[in-house]
Amino acid sequence: MSFNPKHILGIKNLTAEEINFILTTADSFKEINTRQIKKVPTLRGKTIVNLFFEASTRTRTSFEIAGKRLSADTVNISASSSSVVKGETLEDTAQNIEAMHPDIIVMRHSASGACDYLAERLKCSVINAGDGTHEHPSQALLDAFTIRQHKGDIKGLTVAIAGDITHSRVVRSNIYCLNKLGAKVRITGPRTMIPPGIEKLGCEVYHNLNDAITDADCIMMLRIQRERQGATLIPSIREYARYFGLNETKLKLAKKDAIVMHPGPINRGVELASSVADGAQNVILDQVENGVAVRMALLYLVAGGEKLQQN
Amino acid sequence: MKILVKSGRVIDPANNIDDRLDILIIDGTIAELAPNIDAGNCEVINAAGLLVTPGLVDLHVHLRDPGQEYKEDIISGTKAAAAGGVTSMACMPNTSPVNDNLAITKYIISKAKEQGCANVFPIGCVTMGMKGEILTEMGELKEGGCVGFSDDGLPVNDGEMMRRALEYADTFDAPIISHSEDRSLDVGGVMNEGPVATELGLKGIPWVAEDAATARDIMLAEFTGARLHVCHVSTKGSVELVRQAKSRGVRVTCEATPHHFTLTEEAVRGYNTNAKMSPPLRSQEDVDAIRAGLADGTIDAIATDHAPHHRDEKNVEFAVAMNGIIGLETLLPLTLKLVGEKVLSLSQAIALTTSQPANILGIERGTLNVGACADIALINPNKEWIVDAGDLQSKSKNSPFLGWKMKGVAMKTLLRGKIVHQR
Repeated sequence: MSFNPKHILGIKNLTAEEINFILTTADSFKEINTRQIKKVPTLRGKTIVNLFFEASTRTRTSFEIAGKRLSADTVNISASSSSVVKGETLEDTAQNIEAMHPDIIVMRHSASGACDYLAERLKCSVINAGDGTHEHPSQALLDAFTIRQHKGDIKGLTVAIAGDITHSRVVRSNIYCLNKLGAKVRITGPRTMIPPGIEKLGCEVYHNLNDAITDADCIMMLRIQRERQGATLIPSIREYARYFGLNETKLKLAKKDAIVMHPGPINRGVELASSVADGAQNVILDQVENGVAVRMALLYLVAGGEKLQQN
Repeated sequence: MKILVKSGRVIDPANNIDDRLDILIIDGTIAELAPNIDAGNCEVINAAGLLVTPGLVDLHVHLRDPGQEYKEDIISGTKAAAAGGVTSMACMPNTSPVNDNLAITKYIISKAKEQGCANVFPIGCVTMGMKGEILTEMGELKEGGCVGFSDDGLPVNDGEMMRRALEYADTFDAPIISHSEDRSLDVGGVMNEGPVATELGLKGIPWVAEDAATARDIMLAEFTGARLHVCHVSTKGSVELVRQAKSRGVRVTCEATPHHFTLTEEAVRGYNTNAKMSPPLRSQEDVDAIRAGLADGTIDAIATDHAPHHRDEKNVEFAVAMNGIIGLETLLPLTLKLVGEKVLSLSQAIALTTSQPANILGIERGTLNVGACADIALINPNKEWIVDAGDLQSKSKNSPFLGWKMKGVAMKTLLRGKIVHQR
């Protein structure tokens, strides 16, 4: 098959076949990242704008490196303040950027739906690098890529995701992605952090971490936002760590060969005990490494894929 | 000057009339209703094949005048009303400055009288500046033309203040018109809390925010014996709370909007900012409950909560878009749709949009009484039309119904016997 979407806005509307095609494409790019000369001419002459309205180190760097290794010209814009504060609307900002003829805009924005908004209004391609608490497709794809690397097939696996589910775009994209690839998804967290109706997206809800990770093949721990403590969602980081943090003892409940993942940045001693974060079962840095290959695949496919060579 | 509205199907629920009648209007007043009136030499409006009803009464409108005339003003807002068959409306006080003093009340009334094409009845603030701290001078405001009091959009949070507001307004026989919502339960929500909000990653507003506040306000009305009107009920629970309160004899009335009985939260998909309003669109279960409440008389009036916003205020990320939609020009077909769907009888539908809201406001409108103002709508209930932004009279076009095929339209609207709209 060939798959050259105009935009990558979320996982929800992708098919399993399309997801697998992206992952297979990423396979072919992964090797470039370990070469002596880490550059291929595939996207030469293409301009990619990384438009980040929210702070991000990992995702932005990953997209930037992905673009550069494909020889695209990449420009980073950190619009730290929201469009409202700046007094310029998102539409105006985007149109100004588009007037400079980029081929792809990679955007992160604090508002859910912001990437759909952009895609509706611009002629260039849009890749969602995280919109509000909606979707974070490249993260889910690199997670799937990493699981596949360690487990072979994703079908039939049990994946437990723990943390602040309500405020996580990573969870939503992962639930879609893992379901489409045939895994069973369990989510867990204090009830204050589980949004109503989340099970309709395709997961089982647990309010006890131990139950959720028992016999799991894969555990994804989400970053707990420290600023949420003392608000109404959790009383303290201390109590959160006690009931929803993963340590070596709890990890024994999962399958022996279970892998531990985290989208980063990790809070040591909060959601992950250091012994687990550094332990043999963690694949957190594999995720980061794979992120570059997956994003290279996304940029390549959105830019035209095989059609690029024909031209 | 004599006008004869001839051969229409006259529906006047307040007088139990549903008959083929002529209406004779003399000098802007209804002079006679009878079959085959021979009025001699006069202007004749042929209403054959049309419904002839009292001009509609919308008790919940935002006219944005004074202060936000870029969204709407009294002229454009009343034009939109006339186009929708609405001849009387109550306008909310959250203008800029707010309507918490006689000068603003007088300004609204006089501008509407001089330049408007509908009757405008101002609603005054409950508290000065809608700050929830000091009561407005309700006696003077009522005398000056205010028909009720509301801090719409900024619900009176403090229990003691709400109690005293109900008591004080009752002193002057005015209702407190309450946007009942406990804002402490709505932490930055932008749509109904539920599976759709979860999927879209949008912060939810739980139904309990409305139900808890409605329950409190009803208990305060019961306690004080004063009159409460609950705005735009949007949840199953608040309909039920009003139903129970009425059965206990509490002096409570409520309204529902066309969007809350027509659309569900599903309309938000695609981050459609024209589906963003307060209270938010809810679930199908809530829609069904509102329809049942309209059918069994729990809900007293259909009101639009007409809330014009400029394109720039809606053409943004969903989370920062303004709340509210326009409604005056789609009130009639969406109400008639309930008749088509056998939720309401035609007479119920007309009562919910004429005499019943007029009764809540205590205004002498919404009927075809002999001697009443000749505010009349001539309606073609079968005419189909498409909602097109370019055709709307309102300055703002923020409607979730753009592109919808509607059935039913005001062919002519008469205000005090004068044609203010025709198509």
